[in-house]
Amino acid sequence: MTISSVTEVMDDERSVKDGVDQETVDAVQKISSYKHGWETDIETEYAPKGLTPDIVRLISEKNEEPDWMTEWRLQAYERWLQMKEPDWAMVDYPDIDFQDQYYYARPKSMETKPKSLDEVDPKLLETYEKLGIPLKEQLILAGVEVDEEDIANRKVAVDAVFDSVSVGTTFQSELKKAGVIFCPISEAVRDHPELVRKYLGSVVPMSDNFYATLNSAVYSDGSFVYVPPNVRCPMELSTYFRINAENTGQFERTLIIADKGSYVSYLEGCTAPQRDTSQLHAAVVELIAEEDAEIKYSTVQNWYPGDEYGKGGIYNFVTKRADCRGDRAKVMWTQVETGSAVTWKYPSCVLRGDDSQGEFYSIAITNNYQQADTGTKMVHLGRNTKSRIVSKGISAGKAQNTYRGLVSMHPKAKNSRNYTQCDSLLIGDQCGAHTVPYIEVKNNSSRVEHEATTSKVDDDQLFYCRARGMDEEEAVALVVNGFCKEVLQELPMEFAMEAQQLVAISLEGSVG
Amino acid sequence: MLKIKNLKVELTAKGKSILKGVDLSVEAGSVHAIMGPNGSGKSTLSYVLSGREGYTVTDGSVTLDGTDLLDLEPEERAALGLFLAFQYPTEIPGVGNMTFLRTALNAQRKARGEPEMSSGEFLKEVREKSRTLQIDSEMLKRSVNVGFSGGEKKRNEILQMIMLEPKLCVLDETDSGLDVDAMKLVAKGVNELRHSGRGFLVITHYQRLLDHIQPDVVHIMVNGRIVKSGTAELALEVEKNGYADMMVELAE
Repeated sequence: MTISSVTEVMDDERSVKDGVDQETVDAVQKISSYKHGWETDIETEYAPKGLTPDIVRLISEKNEEPDWMTEWRLQAYERWLQMKEPDWAMVDYPDIDFQDQYYYARPKSMETKPKSLDEVDPKLLETYEKLGIPLKEQLILAGVEVDEEDIANRKVAVDAVFDSVSVGTTFQSELKKAGVIFCPISEAVRDHPELVRKYLGSVVPMSDNFYATLNSAVYSDGSFVYVPPNVRCPMELSTYFRINAENTGQFERTLIIADKGSYVSYLEGCTAPQRDTSQLHAAVVELIAEEDAEIKYSTVQNWYPGDEYGKGGIYNFVTKRADCRGDRAKVMWTQVETGSAVTWKYPSCVLRGDDSQGEFYSIAITNNYQQADTGTKMVHLGRNTKSRIVSKGISAGKAQNTYRGLVSMHPKAKNSRNYTQCDSLLIGDQCGAHTVPYIEVKNNSSRVEHEATTSKVDDDQLFYCRARGMDEEEAVALVVNGFCKEVLQELPMEFAMEAQQLVAISLEGSVG
Repeated sequence: MLKIKNLKVELTAKGKSILKGVDLSVEAGSVHAIMGPNGSGKSTLSYVLSGREGYTVTDGSVTLDGTDLLDLEPEERAALGLFLAFQYPTEIPGVGNMTFLRTALNAQRKARGEPEMSSGEFLKEVREKSRTLQIDSEMLKRSVNVGFSGGEKKRNEILQMIMLEPKLCVLDETDSGLDVDAMKLVAKGVNELRHSGRGFLVITHYQRLLDHIQPDVVHIMVNGRIVKSGTAELALEVEKNGYADMMVELAE
């Protein structure tokens, strides 16, 4: 398979993202399917299987948490016992036995927290190197060619989470100079309790929903970001989540606070080994944007999707929500969802501040037996608030892909606007695409627009590409990348490239 | 170079016979034109040559420099050097024109075991070659054929042809929808490609394109067969008298 693209140096720097590039060629050639399906052979210590108050206490103890945190977890646990798993999503999976899981898994070598990256177990460092995630500060994300001068501007700080713990966080001291706090959330609970207590659970309350509540009880680690007033975070921040241990759920928690007038761009990546049994991933992400602050949150979700017969894969039940708390605050979610056997995820924005803005750009690709029920909620509370939703769903094989979105204009959200565009693309005739928009407008000065299209990959387009020399899979990848362009161009460059490769890889074998 | 022998083709879905025994030979360095009334099978011939689905070959053979084309996938035929300039080029939203062209070029190169063209080299080439066709950088950056005028689409086909340097160029009604200026540009592009090692098959309904691209041989196709072949004079004759006379003549 060969695909290439032009780095159109001409005058439009965005053009580099349209189409598929050289890296895709190489990546696609080397692998036949999921490329992160290998396992790191490492000694792991587990908490006993199952979920009890003792397990909750044990996790809290492992993280050396203060009492208030332990109490919060236990309260969540009590609430969770009374809750029911939601069943309204258009997904179907066998019952999950919550007592047959490990809730905590930590590499033995992480027993004493390494003081610096030099002390981290080389096997763990190798793992991230193999994933193309640099844990050395002089490096930038793999696969990106830049000249020397550019390197300084292209730094990406990484927090690497392996099973239940954070392995290391790069560029911490450089960020500290700018006043930015970027650290594992376990560390923030100990070192910045005033911030954590103020914001944790303030966007996604402990009792929000079944999975969020479960997460509140057993979350083990994740990332914490605080950007002080009027600071533009000097580099991209990112967290890379890797599930390695078997039969283990990953429950991470991310909390990002952009104080007044600040800006931060944050990237999240995730992969897991290829296994026959399904694994649970239930994360909570809370974003807080104060007055005039802006947060960009990008995800390339590439959890193991299960095999071509639907065996194995990650169950991804995630609660992500942003609160535009201050006036003129802005949050942008961009997600590329290619992995997971089952995805249940609705990154949302609460537009509380006047003139605040929320944006949601999504590509969800499902192939074989994958199921995705994903979308967003835009809750307009403040005046003159604006939201924009662009969702691209691609279905192939026997997959089902649902966009589910809520746009809600509250009585006080006068003169607010929403624009929603949902496009679905079908490859083959055994897959499905569904669009479920919910719209509530409780004032008469707001405007909501919704457009939806469903199309099939067009035989004429494929023939045109093939008549010019591309093989069928290459042609599909090109056409689909074109279909996704409006979303891809919103991603930071490093992720845009990875995302383009993923588009090609995820759809392999979907034609012919 | 291109040898078509007794080619019989029907529409797969309807079983309707379209080509009823076509014999044609295009030698390297020559330009052959096929003219004929609507529905005579001219476009079907171009699709069958390029490997489009929906047609069943019931008899005959097609070879390009001795290689049997009919067993090959469309992309394999392209890599061998067959190029079809589409009558109705397809739009591909979101895919940059240059990205498309470079992906195609490198796919062919790879299939032939040649090294890929670097983006610097490609840009230089494409800029130079688009100049003849008056294609500006804005048009190169737009999505493939999206929002292109009829003339822009056809010029874009010719740009692809020039960049891909095929051995055999099939032009399917490239003159349709073109004004005189656009037709001159297209013809100029084609004429610059004329070369002793390259053959052309120009399919057209009207003679006017042949004023600008001088054919060596003109064939008249009627009802799935080539009924008459001759020099460029034949095209003029058709222009003057129309196909009706010829069809009557044949019937007699």
